[in-house]
Amino acid sequence: MKHRSTSEQHHGKKPRVPAAAAATSTSPQDGMEDKAATNPRELTQNPLKKIWMPYKNGLPEKHICQRKVCMTNCPTLIVTVGLPARGKTYISKKLTRYLNWIGVPTREFNVGQYRREFVKIYKSFEFFRPDNEEGLKIRRKCASAALNDVREYLTEDGGQVAVFDATNTTRERRETILEFAEQNGFKVFFVESVCEDPDVIQENIVQVKLDSPDYTNCNTEEAVEDFMKRIKCYENSYETLDEILDRDLSYIKIMDVGQRYLVNRVLDHIQSRIVYYLMNIHITPRSIYLCRHGESELNVKGRIGGDSGLTIRGKEFAKKLSHFIQEQNISDLKVWTSQMKRTIQTAEALNVPYEQWKVLNEIDAGVCEELMYEEIQRNYPLEFALRDQDKYRYRYPKGESYEDLVQRLEPVIMELERQENVLVICHQAVLRCLLAYFLDKTAEELPYLKCPLHTVLKLTPVAYGCKVESISLNVDAVNTHRERPANVDVSRMSEEALLTVPSHQT
Amino acid sequence: MKHRSTSEQHHGKKPRVPAAAAATSTSPQDGMEDKAATNPRELTQNPLKKIWMPYKNGLPEKHICQRKVCMTNCPTLIVTVGLPARGKTYISKKLTRYLNWIGVPTREFNVGQYRREFVKIYKSFEFFRPDNEEGLKIRRKCASAALNDVREYLTEDGGQVAVFDATNTTRERRETILEFAEQNGFKVFFVESVCEDPDVIQENIVQVKLDSPDYTNCNTEEAVEDFMKRIKCYENSYETLDEILDRDLSYIKIMDVGQRYLVNRVLDHIQSRIVYYLMNIHITPRSIYLCRHGESELNVKGRIGGDSGLTIRGKEFAKKLSHFIQEQNISDLKVWTSQMKRTIQTAEALNVPYEQWKVLNEIDAGVCEELMYEEIQRNYPLEFALRDQDKYRYRYPKGESYEDLVQRLEPVIMELERQENVLVICHQAVLRCLLAYFLDKTAEELPYLKCPLHTVLKLTPVAYGCKVESISLNVDAVNTHRERPANVDVSRMSEEALLTVPSHQ
Repeated sequence: MKHRSTSEQHHGKKPRVPAAAAATSTSPQDGMEDKAATNPRELTQNPLKKIWMPYKNGLPEKHICQRKVCMTNCPTLIVTVGLPARGKTYISKKLTRYLNWIGVPTREFNVGQYRREFVKIYKSFEFFRPDNEEGLKIRRKCASAALNDVREYLTEDGGQVAVFDATNTTRERRETILEFAEQNGFKVFFVESVCEDPDVIQENIVQVKLDSPDYTNCNTEEAVEDFMKRIKCYENSYETLDEILDRDLSYIKIMDVGQRYLVNRVLDHIQSRIVYYLMNIHITPRSIYLCRHGESELNVKGRIGGDSGLTIRGKEFAKKLSHFIQEQNISDLKVWTSQMKRTIQTAEALNVPYEQWKVLNEIDAGVCEELMYEEIQRNYPLEFALRDQDKYRYRYPKGESYEDLVQRLEPVIMELERQENVLVICHQAVLRCLLAYFLDKTAEELPYLKCPLHTVLKLTPVAYGCKVESISLNVDAVNTHRERPANVDVSRMSEEALLTVPSHQT
Repeated sequence: MKHRSTSEQHHGKKPRVPAAAAATSTSPQDGMEDKAATNPRELTQNPLKKIWMPYKNGLPEKHICQRKVCMTNCPTLIVTVGLPARGKTYISKKLTRYLNWIGVPTREFNVGQYRREFVKIYKSFEFFRPDNEEGLKIRRKCASAALNDVREYLTEDGGQVAVFDATNTTRERRETILEFAEQNGFKVFFVESVCEDPDVIQENIVQVKLDSPDYTNCNTEEAVEDFMKRIKCYENSYETLDEILDRDLSYIKIMDVGQRYLVNRVLDHIQSRIVYYLMNIHITPRSIYLCRHGESELNVKGRIGGDSGLTIRGKEFAKKLSHFIQEQNISDLKVWTSQMKRTIQTAEALNVPYEQWKVLNEIDAGVCEELMYEEIQRNYPLEFALRDQDKYRYRYPKGESYEDLVQRLEPVIMELERQENVLVICHQAVLRCLLAYFLDKTAEELPYLKCPLHTVLKLTPVAYGCKVESISLNVDAVNTHRERPANVDVSRMSEEALLTVPSHQ
């Protein structure tokens, strides 16, 4: 999930351990010569995540990572390359959002932003003229400041990937960055966007440049004219990544908004995932509709999980959903459900083809399946408290955690990126995970996102993010949202634990 | 899984339904004008796969697919392009194996094989000379015969992807194929392999050409010399896929054994997956070691699933595994385990760093977790029979099927392809799935692959496939392999069901 400044980091989160072995795995015992001679270490199961780890003298030994996405011990520096208005910032922000969601701490560093902080008021494209010594000095300073922050993020703040978003159009500038990365032990991966389609560039300018702080005091025509001249300033010195000259670099060159890609020297797992992701995203306008199944029998009983059918009100919602979808007049809508009865029943009412995805099934509550919160508190008070302490990482005994859910849902996100208009009928925890991806929510926020029954969320990509509309279909339903109680201590009283349980049938 | 000829297909398997809606999803009710006016259809849960599907008059309605990998209703024709000894057949076979494993019915069609069947005895490279009219005629005939079989496979035999493996080095030949595909409604995706590294080409020839039926009567020198001349026959007319001329085609150009890739116009999900796979495979020699955890407490009790620890013998195995690994003297070995206690305990004995993967956890037996087969028969005789009828697709109530497992394990396979030397300590059903991928086993064979405790399987890629060595570490363990009983009918007696249960405490 997105990792903000150190102060916002989840208390107790360990920064990345630089040593090769410890960061990604279980380390062997110290001082071992004959590897097999000693007795194997005893194992204890971490109460929150249910991970088995070795312990010594009653304490867990060394930091264990279950498999994390980023298998490299080196941080990675992603460097964008391209003329203005080629989608570099769009790609940077989207990639950052994706990497954080799958659990790779990532942050973007937009040099243009550093420039705006330095040069308070933007006058005109003249600032970017290649013969503007003053301008060049300032721009070099900004790039350095940004790289400095990159270094701090990757070596001290627990960052794993930094996205250095700037034009980086000369080989000289890229060489500077490569030297910086080598000095600091970072791997470098370039992402170049090449596009000569005037329509795409124009649309780009309209979507994101006109609203830039640079152009607050200009009308559209003036802004577009100035920006076109700004692009011209870069064109003469632009040295695209070259198949021969840059053959030793790791990069992807994206051409014509994803029609063609050149991929060179993918070095490791994270670069491979980045390439796969970049090759699957598109910019065709479309909408994604997310909603839960209609109210279910277990919902009204205040029970979690299970595989029950819809209540009368749930069926009512399904009918209204059908009307809503028809009114939206969506072309080529794909409909996806989980493999649980309640989402399928909901889809059935739409009377359109739909696909069932097992990975869209609700979070597995393990031993707590079909229990009421009151019963969980009575039978598993420790588990209930641990869950409130860290709802994202908490794994139900013989069940799953939100963290597990995110890993399970990654193929859904990848396919949503490939698709155009889609309606996903799923479940509360699943919906929270998907929504967190689109709205860039942190691991701390995710499990508490409000996703009420009988409400459709319509997501439309706009500029650098996602517009979200919440549409209630006006069919009453029980509330299934349990807020984090004030007291999450294992020593709390039952009443304190159950304070925030939403009301339900007795 | 790999689909062989129609006669070998699993009885009752439905061929692909050509209509767009039905093939990939649940179809709406017939004759519907006002979509919302009718009552929604009732749902019933299929007893084998536990899939909810609508029914009418007591019978399941229309063929429902839960999400399958291939989201296109068009079959796909993958066409290789490249000079001889550029790895086209290696790629074709590997890709076919992968697609079948993830559930996309795929078959490869090697034109060279058609040529060998037609021209019984290979004399020399002269056959391939561009001025050899007779040779050209035969080669064109073979290509046609192969395309004919492709058509039959994709339109009548339930195939989803066909890999047309030949040099296809001229634009003219590729144009013929494109027309063929268009006539038949197939999507085309080209996979070109370009390589000028003489060492790679030489190694290629040594690995796979010397053993070709073409060169059975030649010594190494003669074979290499002839093959080099064969390559020369193609070079003059070779028209590589061009960024401009072929800009409207969908293709991936693999350069220098994966150092660089050019990808053009990926059209759909399956092409995207194919590109991702091709970009992750490599040909660096390495070995993959697969084994199960040491014998566990629940193993000896004859109970399935659960999260128990190792027995004394299990710990003994772990120690011996450690010695074995040290003796193998493997450089940079990665060790992976599941998140279950028994695999982690096993890895602990190795005293090396290891990673825990949740997706390597044993198949979830749902309501049958920690039961003995005898108890499953007593409490869920219907489930037990269904499982014997179709062990691959059978899903435990509130649990998983082997088919689910394969989907869950796909990221493991992808990462295994990226990695070099790896030891995977996992579980019986998981191991069967991984092994089936490497050894190209069918869905029918997979759930019955023998994977005994305390045995290490060493896989080494060789030529077009995988060499497998089974190394027992000589520590006794209970047998956990239950063969398919003779009687799988739901009406069978308890004794018949339990006939093949291995003995336990």
